[in-house]
Formats: sequence, structure tokens, C-alpha cells
Amino acid sequence: MKEFFRVKIVENLQGFLVPLAVLALWQWLSVQAIVNPQILPAPTAVLVKWWEYLMPTEAYDPAKSGYLAWIFSGELIHDAYSSLFRVVTGFVIGAGMALPMGLLMGANERIYKLFNPLIQVLRPIPPIAFIPLSILWFGLGNPPAIFLIVIGSFFPVLMNTIAGVRHVDGIYIRAARSLGANQTTMFLRIMLPAATPYILTGARIGVGTAFIVVIVSEMIAVNNGLGYRILEAREFFWSDKIIAGMFSIGLLGLAIDTGMNRLNNYLLKWHRGIESN
Amino acid sequence: MQSHIQIKNVNKIFSTGGREVVALDDINLEIARGEFICLLGPSGCGKSTLLNGIAGFSLPTSGSILIDGHEVVAPGPDRGMVFQEYALFPWMTVEKNIAFGLEIKKLPRAQILEKVDGLLRMLNLQDFRDRYPKDLSGGMRQRVAIARVLALDSPIMLMDEPFGALDSLTRRNLQDELLRIWTSLKKTIIFVTHSIEESIYLADRIVVMTYRPGKIKRDIRIAMPHPRDPSSAEFNALKKELSLLVMEEQQRHYQEEIKVPAGD
Ligand SMILES: Nc1ncnc2c1ncn2[C@@H]1O[C@H](COP(=O)(O)OP(=O)(O)OP(=O)(O)O)[C@@H](O)[C@H]1O
Ligand SMILES: [Mg+2]
Repeated sequence: MKEFFRVKIVENLQGFLVPLAVLALWQWLSVQAIVNPQILPAPTAVLVKWWEYLMPTEAYDPAKSGYLAWIFSGELIHDAYSSLFRVVTGFVIGAGMALPMGLLMGANERIYKLFNPLIQVLRPIPPIAFIPLSILWFGLGNPPAIFLIVIGSFFPVLMNTIAGVRHVDGIYIRAARSLGANQTTMFLRIMLPAATPYILTGARIGVGTAFIVVIVSEMIAVNNGLGYRILEAREFFWSDKIIAGMFSIGLLGLAIDTGMNRLNNYLLKWHRGIESN
Repeated sequence: MQSHIQIKNVNKIFSTGGREVVALDDINLEIARGEFICLLGPSGCGKSTLLNGIAGFSLPTSGSILIDGHEVVAPGPDRGMVFQEYALFPWMTVEKNIAFGLEIKKLPRAQILEKVDGLLRMLNLQDFRDRYPKDLSGGMRQRVAIARVLALDSPIMLMDEPFGALDSLTRRNLQDELLRIWTSLKKTIIFVTHSIEESIYLADRIVVMTYRPGKIKRDIRIAMPHPRDPSSAEFNALKKELSLLVMEEQQRHYQEEIKVPAGD
């Protein structure tokens, strides 16, 4: 047992080895002024900037606001919230439209034949290519950004849902039919759960796309959010803030991915090969 | 008086890629209520095709299949099907799988629970009610599949090589349980197998089928009382007789497979 923990600790320490070495090299390059700190600020400088970015700009004043509101009034919190709001809203709308449509198209050959040509034409257009049109249609701010995210998450969920329904093992359908299932039961209790692994794969791709799209659209069409902030920092040559922003984007991406993973494990706890915990 | 299940002049022809396979050729069979009948024959002789016809999954090309005088046109809960691949719904727990057919019937919650409890007890599954199928052994899964069908009280049980994938000990256990269920619930069971021993161990009546075209080669009744002893002289005499019959068909199957397509 003791031996086991020792091995675990050593393994974990090994995992920190390379990142620490990179940080040390980076710090050394900056401190020695081998690289211009304007180009590559030291990790410590980035950390300081990140802290500033995270913390409230004004001193705490109980007369003005509650403590909780104050502690979350920093710029980073606002930006992260704005970006996350766009991703979630766009994804929920996009996936919310793709899911029923995918179920219908997967289950019904006529509907599939009707819609598939249009989808095949639109699907290869990268969501980013919709930027000019979205600004033309929706102006600036949240609407064009959310529109782009809707498009980015719609197609992966749609395509995977169609594939999921089409791949439902015929034996489940036969078993359900012989147990007396009607169309609605077949759809809701057999097709939908059987297609869930595919649908969730689609959702993960969709969220990933949405996250890329939100950063890009904030650089172009919106004036807040993490994407906007790092582009703004470039105009002031704040390279420390750019890097702090990039790491923040990474952390938010990690949080979203962890959330999706949890959802995946929860919904697929019946699935072979996934440990329930 | 009409029989429980009547199979009249049933033909089934599959055409795939321009070739026609006569899977069933003029099958006639009358099955009485409560009979335990085994369909026996080598692979490809049409056992599953006949069973799927009775189940209503795939209707005959010509002829008719009647249950209590009504022609089979679709699958239905009066004929429960147990598949070799279990076909449990992996996203439902054992309890939910068994309750599925009852929930479709919209039975009251309490009644469903009572029924499921009884079945879990009958098939020794009490400890597994909240498990998912992925966590069960093959034998356990097939018990759940049997319970799921029994839940509907269907008078007919159709079983397509249900124990084919199990090890011999588990297989014997389940055979005994099936016999117990059959005796107490008086179901009509049509059981497909290619194991001669299994058919003699279980059935009232064994129907041996021929290989392409699928016809009925022999219809044998077995009067031995249960439990049957596979080492008894009577058992072995029957086994020998059936082996010869099945072997002939197996041989034809083999000849067909090694025939060079271009020669002929
Ligand atoms: N859907 C189908 N399309 C074309 N041919 C089929 C189809 N289903 C069955 N056949 C053919 O019909 C014949 C009978 O098949 P069937 O599955 O009923 O045999 P079986 O006796 O159940 O064999 P096994 O013991 O291997 O399950 C076989 O020659 C098979 O190739
Ligand atoms: Mg078969």
C-alpha cells in the first residue's frame, strides 16, 4: 500500500517535470533579457497581470455593492462569463434544433432525402465563413456571435444524430416490436437512447467548434469576452495580458470539456467500456 | 378442433443479387397448445426463417401461419421472442427491461412492480435488479430476456438458439429452469437449436429440417418423462437416430459449399 502511494507520487511529480522545465527556461530567457519582454514577458509578469485581470479594479466599498458582487466584478470574470454565455446559448439553440431534425432524418427516409442535399451544400462551409453575412444580418454584439455558434454546433450534432439513429441495431427494434412497442415508444425509448453515444460525440464536437467560433467572433463582432480582450491587449502591446488571456481561454475550454465529460459519463453509465463512478 | 398454431403450405424465397434461395419449401405443421417443440437442423436450413415467420418479423412468400385461427401479419406480445444475442436493452436496468412490455401496456405502477418482483424471484435475479446488462454474465442476461418475455404472459414463447452462446453448465441450468417454467406456466414453446442433445433433453416433439430447400424431414414425438437422463439407453438411441438424420443434411450442406461454382 505504502509502496503503491510512493509510486503514485513519483508518477505525479514526473508529470510536473517538463512543464516546470519549460517555465524555468522561459523565466530565464526573460530575466536575462535574451528575449525582449515586450515580445515574451516572464511567467511571473504574466501571473501578476493575470491576477490584476482577475481581481476587481476598485476597492471594496460596502456602500456600493455586496462582497460577492465585488469579488466577481473583475474584468476576467466578466469576459469569461460573456464568452461562456455565448457558447452555452448558441450551443443549446444549435443542438436543440439539430437533435429533433437528426432524429427525424435518421428515422425517416423521405425526410432524409428531402433535406440531405441542402445540408450537404451548407455543411462544408466553415462557420467562420459566415462572419461577414452574420454582421450584415445582425449587426454587432451578441446576435451575430450566437448565430455563428448556432451554425458551428448545429452540423456536428445533426450529422451524428442521423448516423446514430441509422446505426441502431435491428435486434433492439425487433425485440421492442415483439414486446408491443408503438411508434412513439420505439422512438423515445429505443431509438433515442440507442443513438445517445453518437449524439454525445456530436455534442462534444459541436461544443468544441462553438468554443473556437466564440473566440473568433469576439475578435471581430463583439467588444467584450475573452477573444476581444486578447485582441485589445495587442493594440496596447500588452503581451503579458495576451498570454494571461490565452491561458484563461484554455482554462475555460478545459472546464467546458470536463463538464461535457461528466455529462457523457452520466448519460452513458449503461454503456460498455465506460466505468460508472 | 383447430390447432393452436397452424403452418400451412408455407414457402419463403429470398432473392439477393439476382439469386434466389428457397429457405422454406412447403412447410406444414400443426402445433398444439402447451407443446414444447424443437426445430432441429444444420446451419442454413431455415429454422430461424420459420421462427421469424411465426413471430411476424418476416412473412412467408406464400402460404399462411395462423395462431388460434388468426393469420400472423405482424409481431405481437402474444408471441414472446427470446434471441440468441439476448437483445436486452443495454440502457435499461434489469428491472426496466423486464417492466418494458408492461409499461407499454400501461399497467398500474404497483401491478408492474409486483409482477417484476415475482419474475426476479422466479429466475433468481433479485440481486441484479438495478444492474445494467453490461454487468451481467451471459446466463444472467438470458434469464432477464426470458423474464422480459414471461412478463407479458404470452401463451407462446419463441426461442432462437437461446442457449447457443452459453457454457455447458450454465446451459444445463437454464434448460432445467426453462422446463420448470414450461411445466408450471403451460406455455407453447417453439425452440430452435442445432444441438441434438438439447432437443432430446427438452422437447415433446422434434421437427428435423432439410437443408435447401428447407423442408420437414422428420417429425418425432418423445414420450420420455422429465427430467431426462442423457446417459440412459433410450436417450442415446434417439440421439443416434437423430444424428444420422442431421448428418445427412449436414453432408448436403457441405457438398454445396465445396461445389465449384463454374463447373456443373
Ligand atoms: N434476409 C435474408 N436474405 C437472403 N437470404 C437469407 C436471409 N435470411 C436467411 N437467408 C437464407 O435462408 C436460408 C435459411 O436461413 P436461416 O437463417 O433460417 O437458417 P438457420 O437454420 O436459422 O441457420 P443457423 O443455424 O445458422 O441460424 C439460408 O440459406 C440463408 O442464407
Ligand atoms: Mg438461425
